[in-house]
Amino acid sequence: MSKQLIYGLLLSILMVIAPHADHLPPWISSLCVALLIWRAYLAYTGKPLPKRWLLMLITLAGTGGIAVDFHTLFGREVGVTLLMLLATLKFMELRKPRDAMVLIYLACFIIITNFFYSQSIPTALYMLATLLVVVTTWVHLNSQNITLKPRLRIASGLLLQALPLTLILFVLFPRVQGPLWGLPQDAYNSSGLDDKMSPGSLSRLSLSEAVAFRVSYEGEPPPRSQMYWRGPVLWEFDGRTWTPGQTRIFAPPEFTELSQQINYVVTLEPHNKTWLFALEMPDTISLPAKLTYDFQLLSRKPVIARLRYTALSHLSYRANLRESPRELQRALRIPKIFNPRAQALAAEWRAQSADNAAIVRTALLYFNQQGFQYTLEPPLLGTNSVDEFLFNSKQGFCEYYASAFVFLMRAANVPARVVTGYQGGEYNDVGNYYIVRQSDAHAWAEVWLEGQGWVRVDPTAAIAPERVQRNLSAAVLDNAALPFMARNPPQWMRELRLNWDALANQWNQWVLGYDTELQFAFLTRLGMESITWQKIALNMLAGLGLIIALFALFMLRHLFAHQPDKVQAAWLKLCHKLAKAGLPRAAHEGALDYAERIAAARPAIADDILDLAKRYTTLRYGAIQEEPARHEFLQRVTALKI
Amino acid sequence: MLTRLQTRFQNWLFRHRIERGPITLTQRRIFIIPTRQGFMLAVVLILMLLGDINYNLSLGYVLTFLLAMMAVMSMLHAFRNLAHLEISPGRAEPVFCGEKAQFILHFRNRSKLARYQLCLRESNGDGIPSRDKISRGIRSAKASGRIASFRLWQQRKDDHHIVCFDVFPLQDSRIVFPIAAVNRGWLEAGRLTLYTEYPLGLFYAWSYLHFDTRCLIYPKPLSDAPLPFGDSAGGTGKRSITGDDDFAGLRTYIAGDALPRISWKAYARERGLQVKQFSTPVGDELWLDFSDAPDRSVEEKLSRMVRWVLDAEKQGLRYGLRLPDSELPPGTGKAQRDECLCRIALFNLPQPNNPGAAKNSGSFSALFDSRRNTDLNVGVS
Repeated sequence: MSKQLIYGLLLSILMVIAPHADHLPPWISSLCVALLIWRAYLAYTGKPLPKRWLLMLITLAGTGGIAVDFHTLFGREVGVTLLMLLATLKFMELRKPRDAMVLIYLACFIIITNFFYSQSIPTALYMLATLLVVVTTWVHLNSQNITLKPRLRIASGLLLQALPLTLILFVLFPRVQGPLWGLPQDAYNSSGLDDKMSPGSLSRLSLSEAVAFRVSYEGEPPPRSQMYWRGPVLWEFDGRTWTPGQTRIFAPPEFTELSQQINYVVTLEPHNKTWLFALEMPDTISLPAKLTYDFQLLSRKPVIARLRYTALSHLSYRANLRESPRELQRALRIPKIFNPRAQALAAEWRAQSADNAAIVRTALLYFNQQGFQYTLEPPLLGTNSVDEFLFNSKQGFCEYYASAFVFLMRAANVPARVVTGYQGGEYNDVGNYYIVRQSDAHAWAEVWLEGQGWVRVDPTAAIAPERVQRNLSAAVLDNAALPFMARNPPQWMRELRLNWDALANQWNQWVLGYDTELQFAFLTRLGMESITWQKIALNMLAGLGLIIALFALFMLRHLFAHQPDKVQAAWLKLCHKLAKAGLPRAAHEGALDYAERIAAARPAIADDILDLAKRYTTLRYGAIQEEPARHEFLQRVTALKI
Repeated sequence: MLTRLQTRFQNWLFRHRIERGPITLTQRRIFIIPTRQGFMLAVVLILMLLGDINYNLSLGYVLTFLLAMMAVMSMLHAFRNLAHLEISPGRAEPVFCGEKAQFILHFRNRSKLARYQLCLRESNGDGIPSRDKISRGIRSAKASGRIASFRLWQQRKDDHHIVCFDVFPLQDSRIVFPIAAVNRGWLEAGRLTLYTEYPLGLFYAWSYLHFDTRCLIYPKPLSDAPLPFGDSAGGTGKRSITGDDDFAGLRTYIAGDALPRISWKAYARERGLQVKQFSTPVGDELWLDFSDAPDRSVEEKLSRMVRWVLDAEKQGLRYGLRLPDSELPPGTGKAQRDECLCRIALFNLPQPNNPGAAKNSGSFSALFDSRRNTDLNVGVS
């Protein structure tokens, strides 16, 4: 196998493995790179490949290392890692063309595994570049003596021809809704909100610029201070951490006095949890989802793929006016042994007023006037987290305020619960939608008031109203901890980012989100009626056949078409001219004889005509037909004046 | 019954017949099937598609479809790589047994398209050679002496030659296809397979080339055999061996040397058995007679006679040939040599494909001419 081919394969494998570097264990990445460098060195010096037992040893050691590192040999992550290791090891025993072929197939497979982690536009472009390198190497493998340039031309030609066909297949290939079999536990990354809340969990999340979901409103968007995206509702408190707890009521919640209806479309990024985000309070949703008794929207299965749904919410509402006593009881439970000072404060408030609403107001006033600070980097808290926060540090992020507020309310015998979710969002005027990022994660409280039902109270708004009205960076004092783009980037950068996000949004909706449903919708819009998969398949085959036939026509046309011989045409034209001048060619006369006769009759053009006749015979009857010679002959014929 | 049907189907499909002139590879002559690697890719693609469905990978679908469509397009490219090539047979120069007959094929590429990785091999009616068995090692990459416009290298597979080459745009290439010469007489080029797996090795496109080219194989000359001076019974070339002035020297005895020519003097001086050699002046005639060969079997006799002809020609003698069924008057020069060798090569051989040619009585050139008249509709044995 030639060195060039080995270098080509090396480049292919390197390009295929490179995107995996950021989620592979570092030692695996370095092992792969080391092996590839070793192989390149062996190819360069022409030394023999390592012995089989040595490779076996490396394979066993590598597999063992992976087993220790991941604690298992099954699952997606482990599978990808093993595939990577095996591909590089296969390279070490590359001897026959068959090995190279296996390697190329492996490379294609590894490209696909990269899509588990990213399917963005840059990833797609990178895939095309990688594929070009792989196919160029593939061509090289099968025709070893083609030089690099024609090889690249052939590979890119194949790739370009395959693109329109791929488009047809992509649109028309009957889509099957996966998954076909159970997926391993680690199949999807969890990101975003958790169903637990403890001090620090949301401030950590707010450092992430990842997109949680995108929303486009039908009609006027609501005011920013109303954009509360409801997520998990937390009931149980153990002194430090809030958890959802167990409800015994499975009935749908009770809505009354609804107004300010709003419709919107959410494109939710996969987060591997069941909850779906909706504006408070959600009424209906276009997906089969359940609205729980505490107004959470839960999907039947974890959201493992990007999800698009339309929902209807009411900004003004009365929620569960007649709440069950058992639930109210749940909303009052606190661990009595922790936070004695906070309990004492709440008891004091209760003693002053019998009105629950007045106590809520007192608490908010307390937060507003006692020098509390809204910060991303609050000090650590000990066992009595609420006490320490309320009376010592007085610095915290939204989860500190929500937690302390709900604790105080419960201690004062006001039913309350914590609600987590997102608040606000960034408007993208390019695509006319809002981007809600992980940094918009928020926690607030709900209290149940007689005659009003559950009412949203956001203690954060009492300390840092900018958080709710504008955004996070406006609210926190020390925003140095925030990512660069979450602070106040220059305008052009913001615009660039919004443009890019608009493009990514289209990509997500139309390319990545193209599933059975969208396929049917799209084909219906194209005018196809009563769609069945058989019909789609037939259309697909017809489309493919048509395009392939067109390609065949264009590729083969010039081979089979009768090519008029320019050389002969030029010669005949010359003969015709000479005939007009009174020297016609006799039927039996060959080119050379004819030229000699003319040379004798017209000495002025003797040299030219003899030269032309000679060139003509060489071009027409000689073995080699070179383009320059042909060109020169044609030029000379036109230049000749009779 | 089934095999007969199969044969008939194959005959209909492939239209096995022997052709004379140049052929153009039209659509009807080119066949395509997927290779083992093509099937392997299909399996890989199905696995990938299952993964795409299961994990709902939209870009995975794109990649899978791209690869599949590239494979489909590669079929068209493989076809185009052969399409509309013009192939004409060239003459094959006679060789001796044990050598390689060099069959020449002229490939004319009238298009502006380079044809890469064309391969030629003998086809024995079997299917595709398994790729593993062809050792891909490039043995020699040498340009042809006449036209340096193509590259050629050879691959070996259990003595079956595979010749691979490229044909460049608007050019003619002369390809030499060697076939081992085993028996004397006519060696048919037989049916050759011209195939290509370009560009991705997923499809095997091929065409059969069965020209009525044949190569004359002379018997292998004995390595050393003295000329039969004076041993022939008749003919004008009979001469005395006692002419002192023609004495050319001594050489060691070889079994079969005539007894009168042994130098007993040298033997007496204990120099071993030596044989006197004589040079014959130009103009003298020598009869190379079948019956003079001392060997037992016909083939050995013929081998000896080939050596005689070669030596006689080398020494510039005038020599005639006498076979049991024909006689060639003495002469000299290349034409005489070729005629003699031809007659020796074809001695006592049936001429199944040459009904028009007079049995063994025709000359070398007559035989070539008769070949031109061969009935083209000869079935394939």
